[in-house]
Amino acid sequence: MSQSSQVSGESGRSYPAKPQQVYLLGTCLVDSFYPQAGMDAIEVIRAQGVEVIFPQSQTCCGQPAYNSGFDDEARAVARQQLKAFEKDIPVVVMMGSCAGMVHQEYPDLFAGQPEEAAANALAARTYEFTEFLVSVLNVSLEDKGQTTKAALHTSCSARRGMKVAEQHKALLGGLSGVQVVEPERVTECCGFGGTFAVKQADISAAMADDKARYMAATGADVIVSADCGCLMNIGGTLDELSRKGKCQSIPTEHIASFVRHRLEGVEGTKEGQS
Amino acid sequence: MSNNPQFIELKSVVDQEEHDFADMQQRHFKARAKMSLENETLRKSFRGASDFLMGKRKAVFPDSTELEALRDRGEAARQRSLSKLPDLLEQLEQSLTDNGVHVHWAENAEQANDVIHKILERRNARTVVKGKSMVSEEIELNHYLEERGIECLESDMGEYLVQLGKETPSHIIMPAIHKNKQQIARLMHTRATTPDGEPVPYSEDVDDLIGNARAILREKFRTADAGISGVNMAIAETGTLLLVENEGNGRMCTTVPPVHIAVTGIEKVVEKLTDVPELLTLLPRSATGQIITTYVNMISGARKEGELDGPEEVHLVLLDNGRSRMFNHPELKQTLQCIRCGACMNHCPVYARVGGHAYGSTYPGPIGQVVTPQLSSAGGLAQNGDMINACSLNGACGEACPVRIPLPDLIRNLRAEAVKPIRQIEKEGERVPGAGSQRSFSEAMIWKGWSTVHKVPFLYRFSMGTLATGRALMPSKLAPWTNTRSMPKPAAKNLHQLAKAAGIPDQPED
Repeated sequence: MSQSSQVSGESGRSYPAKPQQVYLLGTCLVDSFYPQAGMDAIEVIRAQGVEVIFPQSQTCCGQPAYNSGFDDEARAVARQQLKAFEKDIPVVVMMGSCAGMVHQEYPDLFAGQPEEAAANALAARTYEFTEFLVSVLNVSLEDKGQTTKAALHTSCSARRGMKVAEQHKALLGGLSGVQVVEPERVTECCGFGGTFAVKQADISAAMADDKARYMAATGADVIVSADCGCLMNIGGTLDELSRKGKCQSIPTEHIASFVRHRLEGVEGTKEGQS
Repeated sequence: MSNNPQFIELKSVVDQEEHDFADMQQRHFKARAKMSLENETLRKSFRGASDFLMGKRKAVFPDSTELEALRDRGEAARQRSLSKLPDLLEQLEQSLTDNGVHVHWAENAEQANDVIHKILERRNARTVVKGKSMVSEEIELNHYLEERGIECLESDMGEYLVQLGKETPSHIIMPAIHKNKQQIARLMHTRATTPDGEPVPYSEDVDDLIGNARAILREKFRTADAGISGVNMAIAETGTLLLVENEGNGRMCTTVPPVHIAVTGIEKVVEKLTDVPELLTLLPRSATGQIITTYVNMISGARKEGELDGPEEVHLVLLDNGRSRMFNHPELKQTLQCIRCGACMNHCPVYARVGGHAYGSTYPGPIGQVVTPQLSSAGGLAQNGDMINACSLNGACGEACPVRIPLPDLIRNLRAEAVKPIRQIEKEGERVPGAGSQRSFSEAMIWKGWSTVHKVPFLYRFSMGTLATGRALMPSKLAPWTNTRSMPKPAAKNLHQLAKAAGIPDQPED
């Protein structure tokens, strides 16, 4: 890969020049619950003249087990991703959380293991979706959609792990018909946290309840995020609150789908909800 | 006055609050968290406190580049000291001894309490005034001394209130942050007595409340047989004990009574006086958003001949209580960098919801989740397993920590210690008390099964396909997720299938 000296944003990473091809790491949540967002990401990247490769042998980054403390089990799964994304091609990850797992945690997970060098190399060429579009491709997007108000939710792993909150904002900010709004206490966690939502369900629900209400208070037409766990958590809580008549529900959309719909001037679909 | 119906009514409310606290502390973490979540007054107190303190910190660190540089220096200062910890402790003992300060070593809470009790006994001390010290809470010193007939009076306003209410601190910097003005007014009115023996008049006015406590405490400072305090930094080079505070009570405790006993953890040592500015720049700013505390006490010995004031004797008790085990753990060693500012709890969205008492430990919030299981006196991971799961790994604490303790990483690390297989513990030794105690057969089997499916692409694709095909059969309720959320349904075709159908290349061309 050719390296340019371009350094952008809070992450302090130096970004390569525009590559000819990239891998897409779809993530297991996108795979099952938001597959259309995966296809939308592929189309958005291709529209920039970059070929997208989707290895059929990819599964999951290993984060659920890792965050629960089951390192051996996580490593066994992560090892499969080292194989699936083996070639020296940039990897674009559809979620901040999984991007953080590969970019930040793989080096720790494989420290002292035979795959240490491969893990470090994969970590170094892994980018979160908005980070890739904004900081590597420097996209300039033509917005063909109707004027809309979008509430942006940047996940904690995108904000504090990958440090790509600026890229999230810049991507949506580049769409002329989109008014980006942020909820109250924008930097606070929505309460998802993977297995946390199940292991400490009461605390998680209290956090999700607050976040959903702050989102509702923005009066946005759509909630956009690059993390499906947060979308399921916030969207699911809003659905339940609106079912009980406590506030208006707002549709949620993965940022890749949102961007594609803006580029094509079509209405969004509500993926991942019942 | 105590027969007055209003007094009786207020007293019953205060008694009920004491009862509720005691009842809550009997329960497990999850029950405590639930009780806190359902307590609207408490939720309001903590939300308000978090917002206030986050705002104050932000205002005092306006330049993020400068803040990051300060954090780099703070981290380096702490790591420099820890890298020489054994040597610095020896140097500290020598310098303090040269200054006439008596140094005592305590391996655990029992030894620390015993050392302190023996000093007080030798001096025939019956009354003690205390400055705020979390280490004294950690060893439950008040309880120990009171059982042996020595009266301990907390003199920090927050600690004083918590003691009146028969509670424990809910925050390491602001012990009574869980109480609102009305609760404090009731507590002072019904539990505190003026030096004349009358109940303190009911008032919700902050100046009145402080003034009343001040009048009571002044008399106690004057007559106490000994003062006990904590330490924020112990400087090895000069044999100096540094103590920051805002109320002047710390200075009173350490200068007025004839004996001063300081108690601290062994990690608080720094090498040189020149390390102090680095850390003192960060501590009050991170804690309360102050540029400096009202009082900065630097204690370098007892009263010398010809001097008019100061204690006759000064002692320092250095407590281990699990700290040397932390020191020997390759990652968890970073726990010892902590300067106890409380910024991690102020920024923690879980702490903001459940408050300090839900943790049931001396140290709540993120640093509490990391330090508590490692303390020798706190029951290890066996008793604190739920606590380490009460974290969404959102990273806010790590971002706020002035000395860059990677708190989310350490919490994750403790989860790994908690579920470690026995054979691995046998090989490595028990690096955290209760390692492996949270490993359940069923959870281990779930992750093993999960791992098997996700490490073999064919099995993964097959199971995802099954999930999609069977989506109509998915239950619409899957507690605990769906108690408060709608159930997400898997799509009819997954991304693997869609990508394949669309002819997206599986591998790059060579």
